[in-house]
Amino acid sequence: MINQQSPFIKKAPSVTWIMMLVMLGLVPGTLACVFFFGIGILLNLTIAIITALIFEYFILKIRNLPIKLFITDGSAIVAASLLAISIPSIAPWWIIVIGTFFTIIVAKHLYGGLGSNLFNPAMIGYAVLLISFPAVMTKWPLPASHLLDFNLAQQIQIFVYGTKDVIDSVSSATPLDYIKTQILLNRPYEVNFTKGMPINSYFNASIIISLSFLIGGIFMWIKKIITWHLPITFLISLALISSIFWLVDSTRYLSPFIHLFSGGTLLCAFFIITDPVSGPTTPKGKIFFAFGVALLVYLIRVFGGYPEGIAFAVILMNICVPLIDSLTQPKVFGHE
Amino acid sequence: MKLLDKIFKFNGGIQAETKKDISTKKTIKSLPIPSEIRLPLRQHIGKMAKLRVKVGDQVLKGELIAEADGNISAAIHAPTSGKIKSIEKLLIPHPSGLPDFCVTLIPDNNDKWVKKFPIDWKNISLKETNKLLLNSGIVGLGGAAFPSHLKLGTNRNSPIKTLIINAAECEPYITCDDMLMRERGKDLIEGIELVQSLLGAEETIIGIEDNKLEAFKIISSLIEKKPNIYIKVVPTIYPSGDAKRLIFLINGIKIPKEKRSSEYGIQMFNVATIVAIFRFIQYGEPSLSRIVTITGNIKEPRNYEVLFGTPLRSLVKDAGGQKIKNNTFLMGGPMMGFTLPSIDVSVTKTMNCVISAEPEMIQVTEEPLPCIRCSKCAEACPVSLQPQELFWFSKSDQFEKAQNYNLFDCIECGCCSYVCPSNIPLVQFYRYAKSEIISQSIAAEEADIARERNDFRILRLDREKKERAERNAQRKAENTNTDKLKLIEEKRAEIAAAMDRIKNEKNI
Repeated sequence: MINQQSPFIKKAPSVTWIMMLVMLGLVPGTLACVFFFGIGILLNLTIAIITALIFEYFILKIRNLPIKLFITDGSAIVAASLLAISIPSIAPWWIIVIGTFFTIIVAKHLYGGLGSNLFNPAMIGYAVLLISFPAVMTKWPLPASHLLDFNLAQQIQIFVYGTKDVIDSVSSATPLDYIKTQILLNRPYEVNFTKGMPINSYFNASIIISLSFLIGGIFMWIKKIITWHLPITFLISLALISSIFWLVDSTRYLSPFIHLFSGGTLLCAFFIITDPVSGPTTPKGKIFFAFGVALLVYLIRVFGGYPEGIAFAVILMNICVPLIDSLTQPKVFGHE
Repeated sequence: MKLLDKIFKFNGGIQAETKKDISTKKTIKSLPIPSEIRLPLRQHIGKMAKLRVKVGDQVLKGELIAEADGNISAAIHAPTSGKIKSIEKLLIPHPSGLPDFCVTLIPDNNDKWVKKFPIDWKNISLKETNKLLLNSGIVGLGGAAFPSHLKLGTNRNSPIKTLIINAAECEPYITCDDMLMRERGKDLIEGIELVQSLLGAEETIIGIEDNKLEAFKIISSLIEKKPNIYIKVVPTIYPSGDAKRLIFLINGIKIPKEKRSSEYGIQMFNVATIVAIFRFIQYGEPSLSRIVTITGNIKEPRNYEVLFGTPLRSLVKDAGGQKIKNNTFLMGGPMMGFTLPSIDVSVTKTMNCVISAEPEMIQVTEEPLPCIRCSKCAEACPVSLQPQELFWFSKSDQFEKAQNYNLFDCIECGCCSYVCPSNIPLVQFYRYAKSEIISQSIAAEEADIARERNDFRILRLDREKKERAERNAQRKAENTNTDKLKLIEEKRAEIAAAMDRIKNEKNI
């Protein structure tokens, strides 16, 4: 198209550039994950990105779309990376491939491709995997255990053949899962952040990983890729909701601190719910959306059947986006 | 003098590179009289001016060539003395690229003035002054080209309290107002005082962007001892020079799309318009020339005082020609301007700036990607619209929805396109939707009339058919009756005849 109409100047980062900055924002969190959960995270990432690009290539071909234009936009890489980071480091390769298939083919392209997907593609991939393979999806290695007792060869072996006999000794349920079970069984649980916990404890690992994602998130905010509305509202809402329950009964409900720094809370706040395509566009809408996700995350974590509820919360709120957007239109200049 | 500090910021806007220093290094130069002058008869909003000369006429500088046709129109004067060569349709500097009526004048290079009539406005009524202004030919020189006498008119419901002078000049590249303030500040201030008293306004506020330091200093020193003239510095955020945005920046009043600022006691003039009004009233000089910035991809960018009707070619030639030849020129700024159909169009009242297109301005742009709903456009929209939704509705021809999302509040400033990462020409989609809606509503109106007519026709045909059928039936009935009667009578007659015969036979 020839730009024969105004404006004749423009200054905007390209979609590819934005996606690249998101990838950069993911770097600190990913490195922290690799440090605590092993090189398996990187294997997951590599396979996810490669398969995503292959899927993207074929689906673009089938849909008769310009391949070079769309494959270089970077959106497939970002979606695949977000999925890969959410999958346990000791998951076998086919888990990644199936997840990527649902992310790229089903959630993204069957709904119309870039810009048209109703649901967050990475979260669709994750939800499918969590429902289909709960055992694999909830088993993480003990943080930093790889530094002590398994090597790269072993990692690759797990990646290719699965975890069957290899590392039952080092894998376990996630902390949220553990505490939930303990509370359900009316057993006491030990959470102590300040005294005598080794660095490889789940919680400290979780805190460091969370802070790394926070750094990446702040980077994206400085680069003006995201606004404050979504992450801040999400974190404050989750903190408030969990505080209320915790203040009512601190023996049955976890402290807001644990909720904020466990699982993928920070990853969700800065990288998952900030997906522009499946999220709301108005400032007020972003606040409602983030609050809704926080509420659902809390309800699923505490009362639901799954230890972690981010994927489901995000998908459920994605459904509400058109409604939220249409109800939160800002006042047009001169219309108040 | 007083510096007002409080600024009301509107949503969004953009901070583009201003590129103004390109054309402010040299003073304003008067472009010599060209060998031919081509004056379009429509250089303003409203009706085309009514021609008052014919081919072969000798005219003097400032002589009326065409007068305002009704109230919403503006007069055209001869920019210099000479002979009318022809009156024909020629290309004019308009986005449509269509030719329009122009008067061609061959200057005699004597530049001889017609008798000037300065206006003794203090001793005549406002109404009379206004009547004289009708034929001043002055229109809004900021680019809107709205006839100025209408804004100064007495036909108002609410009194004007504040006169706002638009000196923001927010579009990149343009510097004609900046240079005018630097070099003709005195005329401007005298003009402001004049217009302020014509309007009966209590105060005047000059709104100027903070990138025009030199002009600001000059104007500030000139209004030091004027108690009712203030200057307000607004941030360099495009489109601060848009009338309603500037009023908000200055006064915090948000004027809706369909309302005029005068309903809120505010009247706004561009600096160049003020000077033009001043010169007309003080010296009796109608609107014959303006300051034009020529900049961009040109060898000697600067500001020129140019007679209306001067071919753009002369201006380009005097400025040294294009640096990189591409023969493309934009009129107005890079955000809202348009490409001129030809280098042979003439300078008109609305031509504040000519940008010789930089290669990157006209290059074939990258293929647009789909909208990723990043809402950067909504963050940039100075009207607080939702451009991403309007784009969606315009693209899919959902015009009713587009209107519900206030499509017609869009001022087409281009901020959304400027920031779009997907490279979508958003403004073009809005223009398309607007023109479709307008043409649809016209078509709907026409269809209504046609339908009414058709309904009536059907009704009429029905009625005629019915009437005809009735008539036929009647006639038929009548016909059949008479036929039968005839037949019966014939038969009776035959029978009677037969009977007679029988009787006769018996009698025999």
